Amino acid sequence: MSEIQAQPQNGTAVNGSPAIEMIDVHKWYGEFHVLKDINLNVSSGERIVICGPSGSGKSTLIRCINRLEEHQRGQIIVDGVELTSDLKHIEQIRREVGMCFQHFNLFPHLTILENLALAPIWVRKVPRAEAEDTAMQYLERVKIPEQAAKYPGQLSGGQQQRVAIARSLCMNPKIMLFDEPTSALDPEMIKEVLDVMIELADTGMTMLCVTHEMGFAKTVANRVIFMDGGEIIEENEPNEFFDNPQHDRTKLFLSQILAH
Amino acid sequence: MSIINHSTSPDLPPPVTEVGVIGWMRHNLFSSPLNFALTLVGAYLIFTFFIPAFDWAIWSANFTGKDQSACTGGGACWVFIADRLNFFVYGFFPDAEYWRVNIVFILLAALLIPQFIEAFPYKMWLGWALLVGLPIVSYFLLIGGSFGIVHVETEKWGGIMLTLVLSFVGIVAALPIGIVLALGRRSNMPVIRGICIGFIELWRGVPLISVLFMASVMLPLFLPEGLNFNKLLRALIGIVMFQSAYMAEVIRGGLQAIPKGQYEAADALGLGYWKSMGLIILPQALKLVIPGIVNTFIALFKDTTLVLIIGLLDILASVQASIIDPAWSDVATEGYVFAAFVFWIFCFGMSRYSQALERKLHTGHKR
Ligand SMILES: Nc1ncnc2c1ncn2[C@@H]1O[C@H](COP(=O)(O)OP(=O)(O)OP(=O)(O)O)[C@@H](O)[C@H]1O
Ligand SMILES: [Mg+2]
Repeated sequence: MSEIQAQPQNGTAVNGSPAIEMIDVHKWYGEFHVLKDINLNVSSGERIVICGPSGSGKSTLIRCINRLEEHQRGQIIVDGVELTSDLKHIEQIRREVGMCFQHFNLFPHLTILENLALAPIWVRKVPRAEAEDTAMQYLERVKIPEQAAKYPGQLSGGQQQRVAIARSLCMNPKIMLFDEPTSALDPEMIKEVLDVMIELADTGMTMLCVTHEMGFAKTVANRVIFMDGGEIIEENEPNEFFDNPQHDRTKLFLSQILAH
Repeated sequence: MSIINHSTSPDLPPPVTEVGVIGWMRHNLFSSPLNFALTLVGAYLIFTFFIPAFDWAIWSANFTGKDQSACTGGGACWVFIADRLNFFVYGFFPDAEYWRVNIVFILLAALLIPQFIEAFPYKMWLGWALLVGLPIVSYFLLIGGSFGIVHVETEKWGGIMLTLVLSFVGIVAALPIGIVLALGRRSNMPVIRGICIGFIELWRGVPLISVLFMASVMLPLFLPEGLNFNKLLRALIGIVMFQSAYMAEVIRGGLQAIPKGQYEAADALGLGYWKSMGLIILPQALKLVIPGIVNTFIALFKDTTLVLIIGLLDILASVQASIIDPAWSDVATEGYVFAAFVFWIFCFGMSRYSQALERKLHTGHKR
């Protein structure tokens, strides 16, 4: 686990207005009940870490929030808009919700700068020059402005993930979702990505982050959510969660990941 | 104990067996028993086939003259090709109107050649002019009947010009239709998917030759009396339908090779279906299948010869019509070699272009 330097104050900048509401959400993959009765409220500015064993439905949960996956029962309300099969609502929500994937998913046929400027130009209709200016600013924020003209294939994993974060930020999202952003990275690259995420947390971004980086959870999260078998088993403020887990399954999980 | 070598070793020349003609031969011709055998087979072929062929085509051939009597060398009688060249290029297009075809040829060359030159500016615009502008201009120039130029019926079109018209229209139309069909076949909407699958499987399931027969013989039977549209147009529609079905399957292969993460990243950015296809998925998918697309283009180009069975006079048909001319005897080989050569030039050009395009679009990514 990497060491973390920047130290945001847990619990700052939460201003109460709801960013995400999940009410009695269920989801099935065919016969398989993958999400069971999920209830989750996220206020704007809140930073939430989701953890749990493999196959517990963490990815599925956050992918429901920008409707990369469809839920079958219950309500999901993001930024005041309910997710239904209405395409207009889906696109509206996707504009406001950024997402980073485990495998970065940069567009390999476009340069780094083009990767960043593409969505602002085509979705937000920002003029090209302006979009590229913004893109450069974000590249500076993730500390790789010198890579702007390269292609994704020429960058290291850590650099690619930082580009992916910058790409989402260029859309000026209200909410950021991270699905195991560091688990495909070599240890020495994890820290550079986490540093960027910590800085982002400092700006008051609403963040939902699936990760097993417990150091990150302790420094940044307002709340840690533990999932197992498609259910939210336990939910607590980070220090309590790690020092004083309540549920047996949480204890087992924590003992397993802290063992190595 | 350490060993330190204090003397500097001078650079020695490599042994003669490694460099020069002998070295080259050792490495490339006689490096193994199999290679040795292949070299001997190659040498045998050169002596028995290529040298006589070369002799026939160049050494003993006759190039200048007016008629059969000029062919005395015992080799190829290229005088025949020179004599009938206008027919091979323009078909029955009226002599006085050749300039119109020539303008189209020149435009085609002027727009095509820059695509082969690495650093040429405005390639994008020239590309659009080639794909959209040229067909429109050519239509008015070749058909005529407007802007004060006389009308030339398509029955008089022929030769290389007709071959190029058929294949160019085929290529320009089959690619976009193929893209739409491939996207439709992967659509979530069952009706659209069904229509596309039906269309593709229908056209892929019949030979082009029967498509052309249908277009020229059967279609008029179903059409109402008096509505009898152009034979060339019917052949073109047949070719385009047939080839776009093939194109669709090539492109579908490319779409399937794009990782799911690319679709998801595009969705997550809010790009929507058409933008995500147009900006993210298709550029990558088409790049992946450039060899397959060009392969289809080359097949299309050569398949245009089949129109001769419905009485259109493409390059091959005009050669066939000429070799039976009683003024010339025994010129079939020359005619067919010429036709083959014309095809080879164009197909080779397409193949080279696709290789250059692949190199250019390679952005060094690994998946
Ligand atoms: N498209 C799918 N079709 C069917 N089952 C799926 C699909 N995607 C995921 N699953 C199943 O749903 C369950 C939850 O998957 P999910 O990816 O959400 O788990 P996760 O908690 O993110 O696990 P990991 O830590 O390994 O990423 C798993 O058992 C998985 O096999
Ligand atoms: Mg996952």
